[in-house]
Amino acid sequence: MEWLDSFWSTYSTFVLATGTNVLLALSIYVTLACGLLSVANAGFMAIGAYSAVLLTLRTGTPLPIALIVGAIAAAMVALLIGVPTLRLSGVYLAMATLAFGEVVRILILNAENVTGGALGLNGIPQLVGLFDVVFSVTVALYVFLRLAQSRVGRTITAISQDEIATELMGLNVRAYKLVCFVVGAALAGLAGALNAHFTFFISPNEYGFERAVEILAMGVIGGVSSPWGAVLGGSLITALPELLRGMGRYRPLINGGILIIIILYSPKGLWDGLQTVLRRPRR
Amino acid sequence: MLAQQIINGLSLGGVYALFALGFTLIFGVLNVINLAHGAIFMIGAYAALHAVLVFHFSLLPAIFAAMFVTGAAGWVLDKFIFAPLRARRAPHLAPMIATIGVAICLTSLVEGYFGSENLRFPIDTLPSSTLTLGSVQVNWLDLKIILLALLLMGVMLWVIRHSPTGRALRGVAESPKAAALLGVNVDGLLLATSVIASILGGVAGVLIALYTNSVFPHMGQPMLHKGIAVVIIGGMGDVRGALIGGFFLGFAEVLTIAYIGSNMRDAVAFGLLFSVLLLRPAGLFGHAPQRRV
Repeated sequence: MEWLDSFWSTYSTFVLATGTNVLLALSIYVTLACGLLSVANAGFMAIGAYSAVLLTLRTGTPLPIALIVGAIAAAMVALLIGVPTLRLSGVYLAMATLAFGEVVRILILNAENVTGGALGLNGIPQLVGLFDVVFSVTVALYVFLRLAQSRVGRTITAISQDEIATELMGLNVRAYKLVCFVVGAALAGLAGALNAHFTFFISPNEYGFERAVEILAMGVIGGVSSPWGAVLGGSLITALPELLRGMGRYRPLINGGILIIIILYSPKGLWDGLQTVLRRPRR
Repeated sequence: MLAQQIINGLSLGGVYALFALGFTLIFGVLNVINLAHGAIFMIGAYAALHAVLVFHFSLLPAIFAAMFVTGAAGWVLDKFIFAPLRARRAPHLAPMIATIGVAICLTSLVEGYFGSENLRFPIDTLPSSTLTLGSVQVNWLDLKIILLALLLMGVMLWVIRHSPTGRALRGVAESPKAAALLGVNVDGLLLATSVIASILGGVAGVLIALYTNSVFPHMGQPMLHKGIAVVIIGGMGDVRGALIGGFFLGFAEVLTIAYIGSNMRDAVAFGLLFSVLLLRPAGLFGHAPQRRV
């Protein structure tokens, strides 16, 4: 088992980061599956991370409670902003939620006496281990896989395909959308809270615009036809910079190029593309 | 003091408006959130700087060089990214994700070629003379920035409002299918929109590079955030809204720096943004469900 120890000491952060990124990808999967182009998840991640860290760091609250509080805090904010912003649809919602993330970042940056401002919060206890991450991902994935087969899952697919028709069937479209938005926010908050407890340090700039589009990229690259797409997208976006380590200073160039190629040749996501390739009849 | 602030607000606001105009054109006509617009803005600044440093162009030809380079970038963007995705009927967000890839590639290329340090225009290329109007001293550079921004905006507004091309463009924004049935060359117009919007972004890049006299690979990032703020405050996909929103943000920032403090600058811009989002998510002039150009 010696190789396992050495593997873990080198790659533990990478493995844990893959787990939280898969959670983030699932968080955006929920909203995308419902046809909501929301990009607010970096902001929700920040809210989860800061509320959980303030608890563990300042009051010594046990980790599970801090994680739950982080997720709930993000969900509450989502409930608050969801009501007005979900009136928007399509690309307009994407713009509005992109801006929301920026507002959260600026607020954290300026509330210096609570959040430490631009310097961030240091010396966060390393409380999260492999179990916490794997457990959260497994539960979330299991619930989503089961939901996808259920009446709720089918309603959500119906909303994403034709909102008006679904409404005419007597289903409360607005409520479903709001619930998806809030659940996505709670997951992002949980991912943020988990992530903060193995990185030692958080600062508002980690949760800015770049993070928002990175999360979105995970969701879109994986695809929204199945929760497995989110797993694929989250893992790929985490692994890509690691795999390209040998490329030197042009590494981002190749990273960006791969992103473009995937979108051009499999616009519905890698999971969908994989399925079509596998299902193609052989001659 | 106040007169000086008005000049500053006009030049900064003019640059914001120009940038937002390009962003909102692509958003309104192609229905794409072009996250590469900030990178193209940066390319424009580098192209002008390179023309001045290496080919010893003076300022105006350097701006034309930047227009040429960014126009070419816009052409590539539509030909190789937007058009293939349109042809494949890709979902809404696909082009936006692809533009993230484009932004990463462009920034990385520039960083690799020019280095990541902050570059400056040589002092003698910038007009340093001032114009005295009563008690106010106006920098010629500021004046030129304002004039060029206003000129480009005026031309764009005229083209969109009064020319046959503009009418066709508005038709495409309303419904590409109907426009195609009426004999409009939709693909050509979308390509032209991408080129023109990129040129506007590129010129904004040169102007902000002159205004702050600094050019660096990540300069497009904060600008992109502001462009999004302007477009949301003004109303998404609305040309008039982008112009008014640009000047509004420019003035808000300049007055905040002058009378409140420079660390509150971003907070004010995004505070405005947040209140607009909560109270009137479609923006001050926008109508969310429709697209307007």
